[in-house]
Amino acid sequence: MSAGSRRRADLLFQVAALAALVVALTALAALLFDVVSDGAARLNWSFLTNIASRRAEEAGIYHALMGSIWVIALTGAMALPIGVASAVYLEEYGTHSRLARFIEINIANLAAVPSIIYGLLGLGLFVRLMGMGRSVLAGAATLALLALPVVILATREALRTVPGTIREGSYALGASKWQTIWHQVLPMATPGILTGLILALSRAIGETAPLITIGALTYIPFAPDSVWSPFTVLPIQIFNWVSRPQSDFKVNAAAGILVLLGLLLTMNMVAVIVRDRFQRRGRS
Amino acid sequence: MTAARLTSLSGVAARGGAAAPADHPVKIDVRGLNFYYGAKRALDGISIRLDANLVTAFIGPSGCGKSTFLRTLNRMNDIIPNTRVEGTVEIDGDNIYGPGVDVVQLRRRVGMVFQKSNPFPKSIFENVAYGLRINGMAKTRAELADRVEESLRAAAIFDEVKDRLNESALALSGGQQQRLCIARALAIRPEILLMDEPASALDPIATQRIEELIYDLKKNYTIVIVTHNMQQAARVSDYTAFFWLGRVVEFDRTDKMFTAPAEKLTEDYVTGRCG
Repeated sequence: MSAGSRRRADLLFQVAALAALVVALTALAALLFDVVSDGAARLNWSFLTNIASRRAEEAGIYHALMGSIWVIALTGAMALPIGVASAVYLEEYGTHSRLARFIEINIANLAAVPSIIYGLLGLGLFVRLMGMGRSVLAGAATLALLALPVVILATREALRTVPGTIREGSYALGASKWQTIWHQVLPMATPGILTGLILALSRAIGETAPLITIGALTYIPFAPDSVWSPFTVLPIQIFNWVSRPQSDFKVNAAAGILVLLGLLLTMNMVAVIVRDRFQRRGRS
Repeated sequence: MTAARLTSLSGVAARGGAAAPADHPVKIDVRGLNFYYGAKRALDGISIRLDANLVTAFIGPSGCGKSTFLRTLNRMNDIIPNTRVEGTVEIDGDNIYGPGVDVVQLRRRVGMVFQKSNPFPKSIFENVAYGLRINGMAKTRAELADRVEESLRAAAIFDEVKDRLNESALALSGGQQQRLCIARALAIRPEILLMDEPASALDPIATQRIEELIYDLKKNYTIVIVTHNMQQAARVSDYTAFFWLGRVVEFDRTDKMFTAPAEKLTEDYVTGRCG
């Protein structure tokens, strides 16, 4: 191949890659523009503090926003310790057992299971069998199941990046395995674990299907005040408004999407800040 | 093989007369040690006796088993899967591979410094305090601070870092990091200090500081050092063991090893004709 044709191939590839990027970004920008142009006008303080109403202009998203925050906080509180503990077992204790390898394969599969299946499991297990009813707790437990595989996989990946020299250094000082994991390995893996958690929660906060299955699609004109409260969440409220025939509610739905996006961005920002702080603690 | 083992034993016997046994009682007594990575035998019938408060250097070509042997002395190899040990290693007369031995307790007595400095990604203070904390060796905050300072002084790094104890250890230079790791190992007051090529990644000036440190430390510690640097072995050690293909070919006083070794193989190696 001549130098000229090689340069041309190089250029061609560059253009193709750029084109792909433009297509992806344009689609995203168009979506965002559409939502903002529809919903920005409705987005004000009373939209955030009002509860649902039959009149579109008076309807707000307060109860759904609070429901989402309750559910997501509780989901994180359940998925983080269980997910991290599972990953620590698989990565640090059971690496070489056949059982661990069997579990590992299945966790990867679980991450790909459609979310409605988790909803059905939640309905049977949490709502009915364990008698949690259609509560925040049942919703969060269901979403925690959904988030767990991602948290476990991300945590294992993060644990693997901790250099062996750090573990050896700790063992050489007379640290037990658990002390080494708790004081050295987990702090170093924290940024990676948090990234995984936020990814999982970002998926969970947009989930509608599993929560509809366990019964969150009802008219709930108040915000949850305990884990036993019935609840609704942002995506369900948005879905609810979109399905109304009146065009005014479509505006509400667009505004609701903006609120959901805002919540998502806030979560990601918090994660970035926390992660940076953990990373800086080591370096500086 | 038999010849090699006999030589190493005769080396021990020879030195029994040379060194005053009262000053330097036997600290580590290894007998018939075999070590396997899976099916591969890495150490073959090592028998060697190391005396207290002396520096012993292990020399030999890469892959000859000297690091592996060093790591059997604090059971660091335990954390590598599919490894197996045969034989005995006695420290003060107790077999560390005997039943019911607490490995954590053992590693508290046998400190280790690694080839590549491995400070924890924490502050300088916390690096040294870690061992004290996990072993519950300081009751008060003041005692902890005292012990940290004492350890940093013992590792000859205190003056360089005293104004920035709360800064990250990773900001230190390579040589400082290695001395910090020595300070960290000294903090829990081990009896034996194992050093696996502690200066191999350092410049000559930093290396010299580590060597001076080793000379000071042997008053209080039994030191075993693995090195690729023949001059370093000659400078810092009282005794030298030459490893070859998983065996100890010769073990004797360092001056004798470098001037009049009994084995042809040793002579070839220390003069650079092989290995």
